[in-house]
This record gives sequence, structure tokens and C-alpha cells, in this order.
Amino acid sequence: MAKMGQGEEQAKVLSLWVSPFSMRVLIGLEEKGVRYECQEENLDPKSELLLQMNPIHKTVPVLIHNGKPVNESLIILEYIDETWPTSNPLMPSNPYDRAVVRFWADFLNKKFFKDAFYGILKTEGEALEEGKRYMLKYLGYLEGELSAGRGKPYLGGEQFGYLDIAFIPYASWFHSLETIGKWKIPWESEFPRLQQWMKKCMQRESVKKNPPGPS
Amino acid sequence: MEEEQVKVLNLWASTFGMRVLIGLEEKGVKYEYQEENLSSKSELLLQMNPVHKKIPALIHNGKPVCESLIILEYIDEAWASSNPFMPSNAYDRARARFWADFVDKKVYDNGAALIMKCKGEAQEEAKRNMLEYLGLLEGALDELSGGIKPYFGGEQFGFMDIVFIPFASWFLAWETMGDWKIPLDTQFPRLYEWVNVCLERESVKKILPHPEMVAEFAVQMRKRFLGSD
Repeated sequence: MAKMGQGEEQAKVLSLWVSPFSMRVLIGLEEKGVRYECQEENLDPKSELLLQMNPIHKTVPVLIHNGKPVNESLIILEYIDETWPTSNPLMPSNPYDRAVVRFWADFLNKKFFKDAFYGILKTEGEALEEGKRYMLKYLGYLEGELSAGRGKPYLGGEQFGYLDIAFIPYASWFHSLETIGKWKIPWESEFPRLQQWMKKCMQRESVKKNPPGPS
Repeated sequence: MEEEQVKVLNLWASTFGMRVLIGLEEKGVKYEYQEENLSSKSELLLQMNPVHKKIPALIHNGKPVCESLIILEYIDEAWASSNPFMPSNAYDRARARFWADFVDKKVYDNGAALIMKCKGEAQEEAKRNMLEYLGLLEGALDELSGGIKPYFGGEQFGFMDIVFIPFASWFLAWETMGDWKIPLDTQFPRLYEWVNVCLERESVKKILPHPEMVAEFAVQMRKRFLGSD
């Protein structure tokens, strides 16, 4: 194992290229300018390292920092923010704003991913139509977040942060979800702020560097 | 000085609600309590938690905070000067959050909820899951405390203690619904000891309902899920 230089961190990510959860972690590390190694996992079979670092859930992504594992993408993002605090804060500083972004990120995991994302990706017939309805409803919530108050450029507020990172990986999937569902999401008429937000995020180096999931 | 307005919308038997109340008690925060009827949710609840329409909801100076784990971290940060819940270093915080998430995703979703809603083989599987999860939490108690007793937080009663102790009021309910005994004292001695120490804390004594009341509530809820037996 190579000797580490002064101040050089050693971080490794066990990842799956197509997973929005893995993308969150990679974008977070890029935003902080952390040097890391990415190990692409083939989930069948799972590597020894993955099973050792995440024995309970056996899922990616896993961040391994100084030999110790951190699991669950949102938990990893907060860990990254707290461990490399000097550059580019990802979380808002005040407790209420922190609670709000955590709420929406949790919503993405609990509802958006299952009802809307998988609701379109993995279903057909009436279930697919229901998935589309969920998608429109949930995109509406997020549009509402961007419109709140006098409007804000990012989901987390003035700065690109935790909640933007939590959601932007899904953006690379919308085109596929439209194809699969044989529909068009009414971006201009219903979700113009989200559309602007996506364009802005896609121009960030950290997001450009992580290739979109499917073509 | 403006007085803080803190209100909690809750259901007395909810383990998630208990977390919030214990958290507030630990911080010495005065709060107003509103019991919700889940078959007839209040306007306030629907307004404060329009996305999930669930309890608990904390309303602080008119602004809502929802989802019990998020509320707990908010309580810790908003009343930072007393009794910190979260570990002080980033890695320990990540591990505490991981185990809290495990309690919700596995102990509750894959264990408790299914013991209530299922019967036959599905319920048997839920019971097996529960034993597996209690075993993992027995190990987590050592991991998170660094072997220092008595709490998950070591010497400090902290986040993970608050996250899991409410479930102690549901052990009898799970036993009743599943017609079994959870071998806490024999198979999970560390957890058994931990439960007893936590039950001596003022906040926990005040907030946790009697297991018999919870069991009765649970049996009624189960009847509604399954239809009449």
C-alpha cells in the first residue's frame, strides 16, 4: 500500500455506475475536492470487500475512509460534509434549514424512488399510469421548494448542496423514464424552475464528471 | 425575550412519537402536546405534514419539522447548549445514524410492522427477522458505546438510545400478537441490561406508556388489519 503524503486523504468508494445513490457520493466527493478511488462493483457476485464493509445491507454505495466504512448515501453525504468541512459546505448552517433539506432527501428515498422512479421503471399498465401520477405530484413538491419565498436557485437555497446532490442523479434518468412510459414530462408548463435547476446543475464540474446512468 | 412555542402532534402509542418527546424532555424543553386521532386527522396535522400526513410532527415557533429521526437531530441542534445527543465525531455520528436507519428499515418495517399485519408463515418470518435484528443491535450496543456501559452513547444517554428505547414498550405487544416470548434476558443480555438502565431515566419513565396498554392497543389495531379473527 502506497504511503500517504501529508494531508492526503485515502477514500475509496464501492459504487455501481448506474445507481443514483452511488452518484450522490461521487458528486459529494468531487464537490469537496477529495481524492478518491472508485471501485466498480458487479453486484452478482458481490465482492469480498463489499460484504465485509456492508455486511448488513450488502449494498452500494460504501465510502471507505481510513479503512472504515460509511454506508447509506445520505449518511455518507453528511459524513463527507463534516469530515472535509473547510471547502464548499454541503449542508445549510441553521438547524431549521438542515431539517428541511434532510426531510426532502428522506422523501426522495422513501417516496420518490419507490412510487415515482420505480413506479415507472418497473411497472406497466395501470401501475405505470399510477407511477406517472406520482411523478407529476412529487415533481410538483420539488418545484414548490424552488419557488418558496422569493424563489431560490438550488433546492438547498443559495448554494448547490446536499439536497441538490441527492436529487440530481435522478435527472439523468428522466429521458429514459419518458421513453419507457411513452410520455413527456411537462417541464416548461409545470416545472420550469426544476428545468432551469437541472441545466444549472448539469454544468457543474462534479456533475459533468459523473456520467449519466442510461443513454 | 420571545418565548419559544413548541408543540408536538402525536399518537400516544407511537414509538416514533416517543423519540421526540424523550428528546424534548432530555433537553428540558417545555412543549404543548396534541393527541391525534389517526382516523380523523386534525387540520393542523394535514397543514404541518402535507406530504406524509403522519405523526409525530414538531412545530417550533409555527414551523413544522417531520420524521422522528430528523426531528431528533433538529432538537439536538436547536437546543445545542444542553445535553448533546449526537456523538461528537463525524464517524461516530455516521454509525449512530446508520443504526437508527437500521431500526426504522429493519426492526420496524421488516419486523414490528409485519408482526402486526401478518399471520401464518409471514408472521413467523417477521418474528425470525426480529430475533436476527435484536442480535445485530446487541452487537451495535458494543460497537457504538466502544464497550463503555451502559448506553449506546457510552456514558451518555444519546441519539441511538432515544431512537430504540421506545420499542421496549412494544415488546409485550409483539409477544402478544405473535404468541411468543422474546428471549431478551437469555439471548440478548446486553440489550436487556440496557433496557433496564434506560427505564430508570426520568424522561423515559415519563414518556414510555405501560406495555399492557400498548399490547391492548396493538391487538385492536391488528384486528382492524386482519378483519375479525
